[in-house]
Amino acid sequence: MNIHEYQAKQLLAQYGVSVPPGEVCDTPEAAKKIAEGLFAKGETLVVVKSQIHAGGRGKGTFKSGFQGGVKLCKTADDVYEKAKAMLGNVLVTKQTGPEGRLVSKLLVAGAPEIKKEFYCAVLLDRASSRPIMMVSTEGGVDIEEVAEKSPEKIVKETIDPAVGMMPYQARKLAGALGLKGDLIGSAAKLLLGVYKTWWECDAAMVEINPLCIIVGSDGKETLSAVDAKVSMDDNALYRHKNIQEMRDLAEEAPLEIEASKHGLNYIKLDGSIACLVNGAGLAMSTMDIIQHFGGNPANFLDVGGGASKDQVTAAFKIILSDPSVKGILVNIFGGIMDCDVIATGIVAAVKETGLKLPLVVRLEGNNVDAGKKTLAESGLSLITGDTMADAAQKVVKAVGV
Amino acid sequence: MAILVTPQTKVLVQGITGSFGARHTQLSIEYGTLIVAGVTPGKGGQFFEHAGKKVPIFDTVAEAMKQTGATASAVFVPPPFAADAILEGVDAGLDLVVAITEGIPVNDMVKARRAMEGKKTRLIGPNCPGIVTPGEGKDSHGGCRIGIAPGYIHKKGNIGVVSRSGTLTYEAVWQLTCRGVGQSTCVGIGGDPVNGTSHLDVIKMFNDDPETHGIIMIGEIGGSAEEEAAEWIKKNCKKPVAGFIAGATAPPGRRMGHAGAIVSGGMGTAAAKIEAFKAAGIGVAVTPSEMADTLLKMM
Repeated sequence: MNIHEYQAKQLLAQYGVSVPPGEVCDTPEAAKKIAEGLFAKGETLVVVKSQIHAGGRGKGTFKSGFQGGVKLCKTADDVYEKAKAMLGNVLVTKQTGPEGRLVSKLLVAGAPEIKKEFYCAVLLDRASSRPIMMVSTEGGVDIEEVAEKSPEKIVKETIDPAVGMMPYQARKLAGALGLKGDLIGSAAKLLLGVYKTWWECDAAMVEINPLCIIVGSDGKETLSAVDAKVSMDDNALYRHKNIQEMRDLAEEAPLEIEASKHGLNYIKLDGSIACLVNGAGLAMSTMDIIQHFGGNPANFLDVGGGASKDQVTAAFKIILSDPSVKGILVNIFGGIMDCDVIATGIVAAVKETGLKLPLVVRLEGNNVDAGKKTLAESGLSLITGDTMADAAQKVVKAVGV
Repeated sequence: MAILVTPQTKVLVQGITGSFGARHTQLSIEYGTLIVAGVTPGKGGQFFEHAGKKVPIFDTVAEAMKQTGATASAVFVPPPFAADAILEGVDAGLDLVVAITEGIPVNDMVKARRAMEGKKTRLIGPNCPGIVTPGEGKDSHGGCRIGIAPGYIHKKGNIGVVSRSGTLTYEAVWQLTCRGVGQSTCVGIGGDPVNGTSHLDVIKMFNDDPETHGIIMIGEIGGSAEEEAAEWIKKNCKKPVAGFIAGATAPPGRRMGHAGAIVSGGMGTAAAKIEAFKAAGIGVAVTPSEMADTLLKMM
């Protein structure tokens, strides 16, 4: 699960990470009021930031034609105008796809003077099964590009989960960023807080980009998390009620929300051949084999090990609500499940949903002959496939790709 | 010899009284696996009865081992308590813990893996179908089945299978069995980002096992475990290896069912893994329908 920037900053602040002062709002009036408060406290510049789960906001364009999902303002009236232009409009960035995302919340925050930009992230290192913190002097840019072009500019520190991140490790990373004097202490405190946020909140990733040296009104330099991105380990959400409440359903695809209600794992793709499969690996490779034979998968759909009749029916309904679907491939390896029970479920689901599209079914496993018989005697015009390759070729042919 | 488990391995089940654990314990008993004990805290002294077998239940893994001589465990404990169950098995000194549970928090597994360092126990999984060493009877009856794989699809023989996925493993096993080719041991290492045993660990065991003559390795997007295994195979493996990678069409940044199946930051793509396989001389099955045939052509 992803959360918004303002929510990420709330979590980080709880663990002692310095973030620019600011508040979230959903009306231009409230935006103006927050800005007035910030200016009154001595901020000279305020930033208005669209809150959507996608990067590239600053360079994005609203469908209204308004340029930029992140704007700097010198007056509260300007904040009002910018907020009005953003709220209720759809922002398209390089990460949202052409459909864009509706902006319904804004973060209005102080925009301190930035002296230098760095990068910092905590994530799991799968090779060592330990967390790592990575920092880079190349901040405010696409870190994947840095990793590709100048990997030496990314410095990594592995954390021992038995003791957690130690202050010396944070100082080491501060040194790698070239920091001196008081900034070492400021950076160490911030980096330790970032790690603590990752660990205590069960985050999958915490990314601070940019992490900045900012200059206060008194001329003093400190470190601040100017932007933040946090994604959660979904398996651990059960023990974080406060973070569960941060879920923003408007950011998720409606069909995926519907699927999760039925215990189905569904991800919508761009193709025309829907698939319904048991098991994640088999589901992925069913998508792959559709493409191999010249088709395009419309979705990933894992109905899990149980695959009851109700689940299969729900799965068919979800598949059929995608208008680009022109044909369906069902691929079930019924290891423990009785294939006849699955076949009965498919027949019932097809009848209940009044399916008109070509349907290819490949069943294999326990009691498969009875399952095939049930399909054959159902009176439905479905096509059966013997192997995955056979079934994939048949469905590609049926939709006439 | 097979690897990890033989038909003589004595197995205990942690979480034997839960519905999922109970169902698969019954299937293992029917398969002929030596299920000698169950562990459910608070239910010590009771029995798990099925098909004429009476399996004693204990409060702790240590007690179950002491009374029955079990050396391996299947963990069917719900996610919030699964890491604790794994570490109880490690502390008791089991040789092998197979964690079937799906949905364990990543940080719990990070801690568990750290706590297991220097201990003799091998962990398989979590979020895996488990292990099968097929037996000699009809439909491979009499083998050792720890986990949730369908037993009857197997056949005793000389191919080792290792995979991150459940149903895709069954697919490969069934292709082999349908061609009259049996398996030495089939190992599902699980679809989570932190697991106890890697592709490479299993490949090394197959390489050393005289009963294994060829290997099918099934991987998927995410991480770099397949690449690491391929690198080792290139230099050290004496046996033919065929491989398949799932997820060539998966969109980047999305978790494809398995918590570990994600392409992030351009890392862990199917294309990179297939490249690594080819460079290591591993026969790449172009579609999952050709996993068995790809290996058999090499042998």
